[in-house]
Amino acid sequence: MPKLNSAAELEKYRAEILAKRDPAKPCIAVCAGAACDGMDSAAVAAAFVAEVAKSAGKLGDKIEIRTTGCHGYCEKGPNVVAGPNDVCYFEVQPTDVPEIIAATLKGEVVERLVYKDPNTGAKAVHMSEVPFYKHQTRLLIGDNPKIDPMKIDDYFAVGGYAALVKALTTMTPDQVLDEVKKANLRGRGGGGFPAGSKWETTKNAPEKTKYVIVNGHEGESAAFMDRAMLTGNPHKILEGLIIGAYAIGAQKGFMYTRHDMPLLEKHVRQALAQAKEYGLLGQNILGSGFDFECELHFDVGIFVSGESSALMRSIEGNAPEPRPKYIRTSVNGIWDKPSNLNNVETWANVPQIINKGADWFTSIGSEKSKGTKLISLSGNVVNSGIVEVPMGTPLRTLVFDIGGGVRDGKTLKAIHFGGAMGGSIPADLIDAPLDFDGMSKLGAPIGAGGLLLMDEDTDMIEVARYLMDFLVNESCGKCVPCREGMQQMLQILTRLTEGEGKKGDLELLEDLIEVTGVASLCALGKTSGDPLKSMFRYFKPEYESRIANTAAGSEAK
Amino acid sequence: MSENTIDGIIEKYRGQPGSLIHALVEIQHENHWLPREVMQRVADALQVPFAQVMQIASFYKAFSLTPKGRHEVHVCTGMTCHLRGAARLRAKVEELTGLKDGETDTESRFTYQTGACLGSCSIGPELIVDGKHYGRMTPEKIEDVLKHYE
Repeated sequence: MPKLNSAAELEKYRAEILAKRDPAKPCIAVCAGAACDGMDSAAVAAAFVAEVAKSAGKLGDKIEIRTTGCHGYCEKGPNVVAGPNDVCYFEVQPTDVPEIIAATLKGEVVERLVYKDPNTGAKAVHMSEVPFYKHQTRLLIGDNPKIDPMKIDDYFAVGGYAALVKALTTMTPDQVLDEVKKANLRGRGGGGFPAGSKWETTKNAPEKTKYVIVNGHEGESAAFMDRAMLTGNPHKILEGLIIGAYAIGAQKGFMYTRHDMPLLEKHVRQALAQAKEYGLLGQNILGSGFDFECELHFDVGIFVSGESSALMRSIEGNAPEPRPKYIRTSVNGIWDKPSNLNNVETWANVPQIINKGADWFTSIGSEKSKGTKLISLSGNVVNSGIVEVPMGTPLRTLVFDIGGGVRDGKTLKAIHFGGAMGGSIPADLIDAPLDFDGMSKLGAPIGAGGLLLMDEDTDMIEVARYLMDFLVNESCGKCVPCREGMQQMLQILTRLTEGEGKKGDLELLEDLIEVTGVASLCALGKTSGDPLKSMFRYFKPEYESRIANTAAGSEAK
Repeated sequence: MSENTIDGIIEKYRGQPGSLIHALVEIQHENHWLPREVMQRVADALQVPFAQVMQIASFYKAFSLTPKGRHEVHVCTGMTCHLRGAARLRAKVEELTGLKDGETDTESRFTYQTGACLGSCSIGPELIVDGKHYGRMTPEKIEDVLKHYE
């Protein structure tokens, strides 16, 4: 494929792709997301390919087999979606393959593999009817079943890079920035800081050399949506990044992601190579005069390297030690140049904002949190997986309508958000809406979007100990309050779980939370006490009674 | 792995101090550990002080300064796996292999490590051997899985 030299060439190429594709042609999408892969979806995909090959060309024209990124319903993997009308098959085994192909070609359904309600036995055949999917608004992840992440053509076919064309040919960098500001797109990585303001700071910084960064580190425990997006639809994030770079005036971008996911690396490398080949990266992109390159970097296994200043040290080739916050990375980032960093999901939102406009975007969501949010639903939930809902959706919808409630018929005790630096709220706050500010006020900030259900058997003191233990191991050790403060908190919590609690322990913990929070350099230490704070707010009697009755405490383990 | 592969990686980054982590990651992926003399060669070729190579190699958890076993056994200790019983998996692996977190046995069969979070939370708790995920694991099933790795 020759390089695309202009917007017109890109649209012509897209038209050619679409002309070759028949939307009515049966297509089998086999999920290769992290969970399905763990259930050996590769064997299922191989069985489909083998079945088509066996027909000696007879099936090749009639049906397409596509290996895709995460569909979302991880609990019931390996997932298969049979087009053209999105019949969902769950827990598919290689032996089911001939039957699925035969039924799909005849426009029929393999009844025994479709969704069955565990209580009523009612079946749901199509994606739009399956309870897990039907309460969602899948603007970001919805394309995953339609895309083979190794093929840029699949992304073009769903309208990919149209936003880049629009930005480069019909908008000035200032207009792009204004649109993102007007959309009130808030950072999806944890802080909820307005992306537009951040972009503006970097744009206005006096240095000419500027960088943009995709933070795909995703260190938050039980958050797995960014990996699903990067692995399943890497071009969407790249398109957002190029548009952002154009608005900001950056010449170079970095994708920073995990080293431990071979499929993610393969897909991102391929996406970068294809984007370059087609002229969407490099010199004079689509004839606009805008130049931009993007490089892939890996985290090498430590949580703190997801912190923005630490991440930038890592890209420079140094140890990922954070800098104090008064040095703003938007102005003094990588090699001291202005660097704008956003999370994977934040960048993924950019193309649709440019395509459909800020007014459309702000029509979705709550008053101050716009758009949709990807949520990784896990813990003691019936249906775990990746969920996308409008901001403002009540947690009840997430937990019960989509999540199917608590596993094994147990009662919900707590909902935890935001991993090791998040917080837990009790079950009676289940009608709270999913909202950056609202959840922060309740003490369980959304963070990156890892939502965990905890059932009636969960020992909240043990949860707090576990989270503190995690952070102690992940602290970089540069600043004393974080390194030593967390260690002290861990010792006390460990004693509590062992039934050795003492009077005064809780007061001491409260002091430690405060000092560590005020004096630590970066968010890891600053928010290390947040889970505990939320527990003291909602579950203090559990702590008090454990201390009051230490003997009972040691048995309760 | 052959010396040629290591040399190839080092040559690719010769004279580029900023590529230190890239070089070490690639060597780690190929060789599964970083021998001291290889790190010295990296230091020389990339023109980085040896102390800085050591700082990076010892700081990041993905790098190993000791040889690893033929098979790497991981138990995910992420939050969902934890809530779903990862501790029982750990106890069983430790009982079966006689290893503690981070150790390698004397016959170099297994290196055992815990780590979080691998992002396959929906099928937790998980055992991962040489990158292959064994989801929805129970302590009873572990012995059968490990048998396949000699």
